[in-house]
Formats: sequence, C-alpha cells, structure tokens
Amino acid sequence: MTGKHEPTHLETGVLIVGAGAAGMSAAIAAHDAGVAVALIDRSLIGRGGATVMAQMTVAAAIGDEQPDDWRHHLADTLKAGRGLCDERLAGLLCERGPQAIRQMGEWKVGWAHHSDGRLRQVEAPGHDRPRCVYVDFLNTGPAVSRSLRAQVQRRAGTLRIGDLCVTDLVVADGAVTGVRGFSMSDGRSVSIAAHATIVATGGLTRLYKRNSASANMGGDGYALALRAGADLIDMEFVQFFPIGHLAPRLVGMDPIMWDPFRYKLGGQLLNSEGRAFIDAYDVAEDGRYKATRDVATYAIIKEVEAGRGSPSGGVYLSFRHVPAARLREAFGPVIDRLAANGIDLTRDAVEVAPIAHYHMGGIRVDENFETCVKGLFAAGEAVGGANGANRLSGNAITEALVFGRCAGLSAAARAAKARTYAWRDASEERAASQSSTQNPAALIVALQALMDRSVGPFRNQAGLQNALAEIASLRAALGDAPPEALRGFDMRRLDWFDARNMLLVAECVAQAALARNESRGAHAREDFPVPDPAFSFNQIVRLKENRVVLGR
Amino acid sequence: MNLVAILIVRRGETGNPSWSRFEVPYEPGQSVLDGLRRIRATEDPTLAIRYSCINANACKECMILLDGKTVYACTARLEPREMGLEPLPNKRLVRDLVTEIAAPDERLKT
Repeated sequence: MTGKHEPTHLETGVLIVGAGAAGMSAAIAAHDAGVAVALIDRSLIGRGGATVMAQMTVAAAIGDEQPDDWRHHLADTLKAGRGLCDERLAGLLCERGPQAIRQMGEWKVGWAHHSDGRLRQVEAPGHDRPRCVYVDFLNTGPAVSRSLRAQVQRRAGTLRIGDLCVTDLVVADGAVTGVRGFSMSDGRSVSIAAHATIVATGGLTRLYKRNSASANMGGDGYALALRAGADLIDMEFVQFFPIGHLAPRLVGMDPIMWDPFRYKLGGQLLNSEGRAFIDAYDVAEDGRYKATRDVATYAIIKEVEAGRGSPSGGVYLSFRHVPAARLREAFGPVIDRLAANGIDLTRDAVEVAPIAHYHMGGIRVDENFETCVKGLFAAGEAVGGANGANRLSGNAITEALVFGRCAGLSAAARAAKARTYAWRDASEERAASQSSTQNPAALIVALQALMDRSVGPFRNQAGLQNALAEIASLRAALGDAPPEALRGFDMRRLDWFDARNMLLVAECVAQAALARNESRGAHAREDFPVPDPAFSFNQIVRLKENRVVLGR
Repeated sequence: MNLVAILIVRRGETGNPSWSRFEVPYEPGQSVLDGLRRIRATEDPTLAIRYSCINANACKECMILLDGKTVYACTARLEPREMGLEPLPNKRLVRDLVTEIAAPDERLKT
C-alpha cells in the first residue's frame, strides 16, 4: 500500500499554510502584489479552520450606527487585553479594520444592513458602542469564507491545494525556505520551496475536550514555527467562551451559537436557584450582554463550584421572557433547527458552560508580520500579541482579514526580491514505526481531557505540574516515528503528526501558565487569584536544544 | 438497559471493499459522527471519515450515505439499531467513508 507515488516538489513565491480568512486574505494581497502564490490547507480550501465557524460579530469602527473612530476601538481592545497587548498589532487591527469590512462588502459578503444601506452593528461586551457587523443568520463565517474563496479563485495562477498536511517547515542557513508534508488524498510526500512562507493555521482550541473549533485547530502552526526557531508569545492566554452550549445535546450547530442570541436578545444567565448571578461579579448586566469573556467564564465556574450549577455542570441561559415572534424575527430558520433538536426557547432554558474558543497567544511577529526567522511570516489567530490577555468579541475575523493582508504584502515584498530558491532539505523522511498498536486518536482524547482538567480556565501549581508530567508521558507513548503509511486518507498517520504538534503546544501553554503567578484576563490561577503588577510583561517561549524554555 | 448503535461501515479503497461492524453505546442526541469519532479513539484509528468542524454543520465535509440516503454524519442521529454507512457513490472513493470532494482546481495534481 505504500510507495505508489513518487514525491512531488513544487516551487512558488509566497506559500501560505492555512486557507481560512487570514490565509485567503494573504493570498489575495500577495497575488495582487504580483508574485506567484500557493495556498495550501490540510482540509479543503475555505472549509476547514475557524473562520467558517464564526457565528456573528466582526468588530470595526465604521461608525454606521453611531459615530466611531478606530482609536475608540483600540482603547477597548487594549483595555480588554489587561495591559498586555502588542499595541502595534492592536493598532493595525483597529485602524485597518474598517477598510477590510468595506472591502468584504464590495466582495458581496452580505453584511446585515438597514434599508438606507448603513450596516447594522451590534454592541458586544467590552465595546463602548455598537461596533460589530455580521451576516444573518449566524452566517458570518460561511459568508466570509465563501467571498474570499471566490476572490482567490478569480486570481489566475494562484495555486490552491487542499488535503495537504504540512509536517515541518524547512530551514536552510537560518531562513525558512518552504515546507514538507504529505498529501492526504494519496499519501504522497510533498515539498514546496518558497521565497516566503506564511503560517495562517489558526489557533489551538482542539487541545481541549470542550472546544468550539474544528479538528484542524490543534496548534500545528505554533509547533511548526517553534521547531523552525521562531518565538511564541503569551501562550498561557487561552480564551474560554463563557456560554458554550452544554445541554441538551445539539447537533448541526456550533456550541458558541448563544453569543448572537445574547447580542440580539439579551437573555439571562441563571444559576440553579433561578437567580441572575452575574451582577454579584461586579458586572451589572440587567438582562443585557455586558460581561467580557474572562469575567463571565470566572463567574460561571464560581457558581458551579459553589454548588449552584445546572445538572450537567454549567449554568442556565434563558430567553423565556422573549416572545416567540421576537425570537422568530431575530433568528428565523435557526429557531427551526433548535426545534429539530427538541429545544423551544419560550419554554426551555439551555445549559451553558465555558468552552475553549480562541488563543490570544501565538507566533511572535514584528509590524511586518515577519518572525525572527527570515522568510517566515504569520497571520490571523496564529499571530500572538494583538489581543493581550483577553480578546474582545469581534476582533478575530477582523484580525484575520487585516493581518492576512499585511502578511501577504510583506511576504510578497520579500519574494519579489528573491532570485533563486535556497531550498535544501537535508532531513530524512521519517522512518515509519512498525508498531501499529498505538492509537494516536486515543492519545489525543487523553490529552484533551488532561488539558480541560488541569490547564483550563482555572489553574493551580499542582495541576499544571501534573499536566506537564502527563504530557511528557504521553509524548513517550507517542514515540518518535509515525505509524506505517497507508495510501489514501491515512487518519492514523495524520493523528500521529497532530498529536506530536499538540503535545509540544500543550507543553508551551502549561509552562507559561505555571510561570505566571497571578490571575490576569483569561489566565486564572486559584493559588494567585489577583493581578500582580510585577507580571505586566509578555512571556516568550522558545525551543532550545529541543526543550521548551521561557523568556521575556 | 444498555442500548447500542451498530454501525456497519464500508471499508477500504476502490477495488477491495469490505465491511466492518462496530458497536457503540447509544446515548440520545448523539450524531453518527460522534459514533465514528468514538470508534476511531477506542477501536480503530484507521477508520477514515472526512470532517473539520465537528458537529456544527459548517464545513459540510462529512457527507456520506446512511442506509442508502445522503446525509451529513454530523446532523444524522445515532440510533439504537443497525445503521449502514457508505461513501458517496458519485465521487471517487479515497478510503472507507472518504471521497474526493475537492474542486478539481483545488487539489494536488496527480
């Protein structure tokens, strides 16, 4: 079953790994700058990743509902980031956001709008005014993906390859010169030489059992960059979305779907005694949606700890006070999809609980989105720093669009100057392990349970130390070589490479969390429950002689 | 009583078809994709099913045949009975339940 295909080698100017909003925006920008572009994804182009999952809000100071200025958006972003934002990156996000939103409008994304053409904007928690545009109903992500994919398709000569799993960046003379991996569809080894490589692989939420992201979000881009010599930043700051759906079981719907409901309809978070509890945590919600994600996550976990949780271990979210006609007007067909799942919001409160949703940390870049390794760039959620210790609702798609474009332009500038390929891949193809008894899918499940238990929204020293020990033993269990390759769609092999990346990234998160002896934003330590001004710095993670080391 | 869903799954690549029979504990509300993911983690990690978004019906990658009818594995419910799962018949078979569904210009050239 092996060796049916000869290895394939390709060359391009700008190579983009990951075809979500950031990757596709980068591809469009680089192509328009006049260089050869290849856009690859381990899933299908424009379908995998986090973008397609986005339910609603995209923040930008376009001022269609109320006068606004990008500096107001920046002030809110910095405040949410609890003092740790990279202000250059946050500034780019906010300043260039409006242009990106208008551009998407021209590309017919279908933003919800008033009859006079002004875009509808909702006020999301942490924003000082209505600032978030969206596509109805819960359709922002699919619409953004579709529009960008159509734009990429229109740019002749842009190489687009799905089902291509990158296993390593290739480094020669201190610069990234391309990637190596394999084709999921036929198992063939593939290498691509590039003058500039952009990692746009998204975040790491698949590290957690309860997550709102896709199977692709195992932090592979972080691991690729780290092994190539790049720095990671803020790895301890994983955002937990406070009101992820918990029960009753829903299928065919994203667990973060209650966010749009709260934007449009307010709703109430209730504990088992039927009391609205969030006010007790210093946020006056009064039926509106005000609490930022870090605060709401904290409040929900504390209610559950105090024995006032729902049967499945969360709290209740209720829209029972909202008339049926109003529900129908706000969410149309979504109400029918809920009915198919046996949920009638006029009758039932649902159970919600925090769920891993986004990673504030990521690859450290300069204002040109280049890493400290020449030829290696990053874009979108893969970038760390812009959102500090906690991301505002609505900033993720905006940063994907803006950072994607910036990285695409920077990478194109590098590619335009390059003359010859520096490609030299001295590494050996990994010898396959003869053992076929290991089950990397089971190992991933074990890691996800461990991360939920010990490196989740609430952390302590003993739990984090235990997690690091467990991660080390899982790594030993995984071994150094992938299982023997099958020809097409070898998911055991894919899981093995995923597990390898996930274990490295999990270690980075746990190490950084263990060293931050304070609580700040999304990082909450039971043993250090308050912010400590002495920790007003960003932690950097590097790989030295194959060991994860922390620095500043 | 412990109910089980029995998944009869078409396996292999073109030309060498076979069938596997898996039993998974039945819990109300679970999707067929839940059952397949559970089998991969507990019994057979080589079982191939294409999906990205995990039960959100956003990526639209998990289309298969269930008892001869086209469904998304992420929205079809697991039921406490025998359920026959096959790859889409009108697409090139890659392995097990996975077919080639990428647009021709979004694939690696063969």
